[in-house]
Amino acid sequence: MTFEESDRLATVPPSGIRRFFEIAEEYDDIISLGVGEPDFAPPWSARDAAIASLERGQTSYTANRGMGELRDRIAVDVEKRYGLQYDPDTEILVTSGASEAIDLAFRAFHNPGDTVAVAQPCYLSYVPGATLAGADVIDVPTREADDFKLTREVLEASGAAEADTLVMCYPNNPTGATMTREELAPVADFAREHDLQVFSDEIYAELTYEHDHASIATFPGMAERTVVFNGFSKAYAMTGLRLGYALAPAEAIEAMNRIHQYTMLSAPTTAQHAAIDALDNCADDVDEMRTQYNRRRNFLLSRFEEMGLDCFRASGAFYVFPECPWDDADAFAEALIEEEGVAVVPGHVFGAGGEGHLRVTYATSMRDLKEAMARIESFIE
Amino acid sequence: MSSREEILALLRENARYSTEDLARQTDLDEAEVERTIEDLEAEGVIRGYQAIVDASKTEPERVRASVELNVTLDRETGYDDIAQRLAKFPEVTGLRLVSGDFDFAMEVEGDSMSEVSRFISEKVAPVPEITQTVTHYIMESYKERGVEFGDGHDDDRLSISP
Repeated sequence: MTFEESDRLATVPPSGIRRFFEIAEEYDDIISLGVGEPDFAPPWSARDAAIASLERGQTSYTANRGMGELRDRIAVDVEKRYGLQYDPDTEILVTSGASEAIDLAFRAFHNPGDTVAVAQPCYLSYVPGATLAGADVIDVPTREADDFKLTREVLEASGAAEADTLVMCYPNNPTGATMTREELAPVADFAREHDLQVFSDEIYAELTYEHDHASIATFPGMAERTVVFNGFSKAYAMTGLRLGYALAPAEAIEAMNRIHQYTMLSAPTTAQHAAIDALDNCADDVDEMRTQYNRRRNFLLSRFEEMGLDCFRASGAFYVFPECPWDDADAFAEALIEEEGVAVVPGHVFGAGGEGHLRVTYATSMRDLKEAMARIESFIE
Repeated sequence: MSSREEILALLRENARYSTEDLARQTDLDEAEVERTIEDLEAEGVIRGYQAIVDASKTEPERVRASVELNVTLDRETGYDDIAQRLAKFPEVTGLRLVSGDFDFAMEVEGDSMSEVSRFISEKVAPVPEITQTVTHYIMESYKERGVEFGDGHDDDRLSISP
């Protein structure tokens, strides 16, 4: 007896990031600028709330959609911060990280042969998620000339008009690109004109440094065709607590919840208690983290400029995306780990449009960033 | 945050940031950074820069104590008068007027416990306004001015993640 992978799974390659993880793991004491999560701990108050809930023994399942107290607060929070209006009873689903919500949406709304246009470079889960749902993927490579923003031109050129779904993520992992309201408008027009549903991953919405976050779901005629994904991992540094949510029209949430209720039942209860507290009490902590990230962003952008490496002015998340000084980004990243003990991730791992670039994370202490930049500088000289 | 606040926050985090590094982290140029620091110093906002030292790792190890002082005041003598007198002693590394059960919290440093004890009994206790001293020797320091004295290896994140 052998386990034979399903045909569908066989089309999904192992994560491109895996190889660099294995190389990095061979070395002690590397400075890693290759992580995709905050270096802060969650706010004390949220951790306390999680501990207190454990002490009270509150570890049973919650409602499939998440605790009512949490959904109520999410509804208030997204309206206050982004002008998004969702009914906490019917239009919000709390999930095990935004990643679960994205997977649910792929599975809930696609048949084999449907097409999903994915704006790239992007987080590693979208393409496998669409593929596992049986959909065909259209790559929509964004361009450095556009500061990696999604434009009508690249949507048209890539054939996204024919797609059923458009997946986008701003502020963006891995580029650090953000999009203003004005820049989103033509994308919203395109989605309406071609009757696309839009999956908008806004997990980094709280981490913008030059303008407030704008959500595509706030444009006229967009809320009814958009699923917004967000969560607590990035804004509140709660990655390992696994808590995210989806915002969508009631029928879409109902459909996603039908998968969620069988596969996950409910999101982690302890994390939901932490999240309630995060929304009640931790706005100042988020501001402080944003301030710190912004200083580090400024530092990296200045340093890359001094090194003569082309690096567009990333304005969100905690990534900058400089050009790779070598033609072969894989070889460069490997040599940088081996010779200088600094880990970065080649941009092409994150999909089309990422070639020739490096993802550099600044969710790391200033001391390490300073040291890492000095090492990169001496390495490329 | 104003550029003053920004520079001050960064220097409180690490007073050895170079002018260059301060400029890189803010939207200021180096001349503006220099000028801001000069202003902060001239106005007495910034009073000095010192290393944060783990005393248990120095040779010879230094002994430190925090001392609670109670004082009585009279028409001629106020808190400031007493404080100014105490602050002159080089052994006194910190002096604060505090609320609560005692008046001053004083930090004292010396080469040995006997030296510190002698200083308290011979120099501090005889000050006429001081009615009581309670000395607490510091046995172990875990954090000084925001800096933890751990091994610094508490980042348990995966080295590469999506």
